[in-house]
Amino acid sequence: MLVKKLFSKQETLVAITLFGLCLVIGWINPVFWTAGNWFDLARSATVTGIFAIGVLIVLISGGIDVSFTAIAVFAMYTTTVLLKDAQYTGGMWLFFVIAALIGLGLGLINAFFIAQFRLPTLIVTLGTQSMFRGFLLFVIGSKIIRDIPPGMADYSKAFLFTVTDDRGVTVGLHSAVLWLVAVAILAFVILRYTMLGRSIYALGGSREAAERAGFNITRTQVFIYAFVGVLAGIAGMIYGGLNRQANAQDIVGQELDVIAATVLGGASIMGGRGSVIGTLLGVMLVVVMSNSLVLMGIPATWQRVVVGVIIIIGTAVPALRTLRRQRRSVNVEPEMLSPVEGRT
Amino acid sequence: MQPFLSLAHISKTYAGVRALEDVSLTVYPGEIHCLVGENGSGKSTLIKIIAGVVQPDAGQIVINGKAMHHLHPIDAIREGIQVIYQDFSLFPNLTVAENIAINHELSRQKRWVNWQEVREIARQAMRKINVQLDLDATVGEIPVADKQLVAICRALLQNAKLIIMDEATTALTEREIRALFEVIHNVQREGVAVLFVSHKLDEVLEIADKALIIRNGRVVLDADARELDRSKLTYYMTGRNIEEAIFEWQGDPNSPPLLQVRHLTSLGSFEDVSFDLHPGEILGVTGLLGSGRTELALALFGAIPIDSGEIVLEGQPVVLRSIQDAVAHGIGYVPEDRLTEGLFLERSISDNILARILDALKGAGRLLDRASMKATTQEWIARLSIKPPHAELPAKSLSGGNQQRVVLAKWLASKPRLLILNGPTMGVDVGSKMELHEIIKQLAREGLGVIIISDDIPELMQTCNRILLMRRGRIVERFERRQITEMDLTQRLVAV
Repeated sequence: MLVKKLFSKQETLVAITLFGLCLVIGWINPVFWTAGNWFDLARSATVTGIFAIGVLIVLISGGIDVSFTAIAVFAMYTTTVLLKDAQYTGGMWLFFVIAALIGLGLGLINAFFIAQFRLPTLIVTLGTQSMFRGFLLFVIGSKIIRDIPPGMADYSKAFLFTVTDDRGVTVGLHSAVLWLVAVAILAFVILRYTMLGRSIYALGGSREAAERAGFNITRTQVFIYAFVGVLAGIAGMIYGGLNRQANAQDIVGQELDVIAATVLGGASIMGGRGSVIGTLLGVMLVVVMSNSLVLMGIPATWQRVVVGVIIIIGTAVPALRTLRRQRRSVNVEPEMLSPVEGRT
Repeated sequence: MQPFLSLAHISKTYAGVRALEDVSLTVYPGEIHCLVGENGSGKSTLIKIIAGVVQPDAGQIVINGKAMHHLHPIDAIREGIQVIYQDFSLFPNLTVAENIAINHELSRQKRWVNWQEVREIARQAMRKINVQLDLDATVGEIPVADKQLVAICRALLQNAKLIIMDEATTALTEREIRALFEVIHNVQREGVAVLFVSHKLDEVLEIADKALIIRNGRVVLDADARELDRSKLTYYMTGRNIEEAIFEWQGDPNSPPLLQVRHLTSLGSFEDVSFDLHPGEILGVTGLLGSGRTELALALFGAIPIDSGEIVLEGQPVVLRSIQDAVAHGIGYVPEDRLTEGLFLERSISDNILARILDALKGAGRLLDRASMKATTQEWIARLSIKPPHAELPAKSLSGGNQQRVVLAKWLASKPRLLILNGPTMGVDVGSKMELHEIIKQLAREGLGVIIISDDIPELMQTCNRILLMRRGRIVERFERRQITEMDLTQRLVAV
């Protein structure tokens, strides 16, 4: 029973697929199992992972947000410009604080339209995505800043620890991965153990029921979009730091990949379902897939195709399973022929 | 004794339409008060006002001696008002345990969730009404009757002083209704008042201490239930006296049958079912939930597979492997749940009626012929007196009775030989119900074979000329309607 329940979960399926994929790739190219490759994977997963946690929370609540990439690049670029103009020479922490505050502000704009006017979340965030990006390019700047402040430049080398392999190459695990860990734990605790988190699930399950139960929907929605804004600001800043530059044209365009990874991890696009673990697994699957296609000698141009196929299969399997379960429940009720009085 | 709730001179207007006018209601602790009225009479609005979901335009609300100026849902809940809505207001994505406990946790203004406590709270609530449910099951995947129990458990948890049940029995079988009434009486003994909203007259007469009848937003009667009987209730609800004629089949029992079912078996659902149906007959099939009645209907409609036995239609053996096969043989099926299975809720009356016969409406160049579409729609709106008679209105804007007419029209437009109706008047108010019965009888008189699946015994007694009783997948008794009384049949239905 327990095993059956475990196997009916999308998380388990994704985990098994991921594990199988690792074995296959490692068998084709042993480089896969080196510390250097895994540090690379962790680095690639960090920004997508933080974005995906934000997307997860929005999806659970029954909404969809496509503006987080615009918020991320807006926060990252603006922060860099501000601190460069201020000739700031201190550490990276201030970059994060400012980027998070900008993210918060932009997230609140989303929250305002969504909670106050009850507009469809996709429409609002499509609009704000264009708005934030346009404002950034037109008002703040569009040139690539390569001459970044020293604190940000140093961040690209902020390794947690380094390892020197047998060929004498030194590789390190970047500390940015701690952000992902912290965000994941925070989101997990909020979603699982706070009434605020449960109100997000409740809202995604049935808005009407949530209202009738007395949940403060406005507050929940403000939290959701503000939180996503903050996460986007931080993730954007990490992205800029890792790449040692601030490019106002970056990041926007990744939002659908992030949403797809989240859905792959078991979050329902219809709302009400999704977990942090599943989301992390979904992100890892996509990251391992696209990073490793190179290791397997598959041309980079094919990567998009393969990622697309994985996403379709990954989302089709649970959908088909739900369909089959529904058919079954129409045809054969489990209590059929058994006396009804057992229940009352 | 101080009343728990008193409403005085409540009025409410929606977009120029008067939903309630000068309605007053007083509920004392431990009282079972029935709120009776047809669909659209203003019952739902009144409930929403008491729950704080809708604000009245005028009037006073006094709860526990406190005048409430702007009643919010959360205030109503804190004062002990619990509403069990018709759709139960549950969260389909959450577990049984969380659904039971979540409102309780919320009203205690908890910030953190203790899952041990959630399960314990749920377990205690289930113990109170003596039910057993799987705490970890996802609510979206459990049967309707269990959802109802979850909703009741949840309401009881909240130190409720007044529980409002909106059409609580619609989806329940006879036996489950008995169990529910038992629970309601237990609740009453605790000093909790119950406002029981219903349009099922027998229920009102059985359970109510007092009844408030509203029609078109106005109170027409506020009386002690002992002073009421069925005809009086009907009269006040509908504003007219309805005498329903019993259906008499005029055909020849020795004529060739329309449908012959021989030893039909679908393993796990029903076994060895045999019966005949003549053209123009209305055959009732009754039984409790799980008796196999719905599965039998679905098998005759090709929706579930048959393991053995034979179906003969007008002398020709037929094989029904799919719904398409059944439709091709002229079999129609009106499902139990018209909202999810019978209607395109967002689409117009016209689109719904024509959905089955679009192929027949192709004109020149294989395009749809607008004129004949319109004519066909108008014909059915007129024949079944669908109100309001505006073909472009979405199906969801109609009352239950009129929605059911649209479902009927959809099937009738394709001219079936055999029509299977599963719970044809579920959630339909009394006036509309009788009109639907008349329509069904008229169809039978025109030669259609009709099978009605229902556990509404008065309905079967009024519409059918023969009734089959199913139990655990088998037909256990067969009656000519003339040979049996309503009381007798009810007892046999519930008997183990």
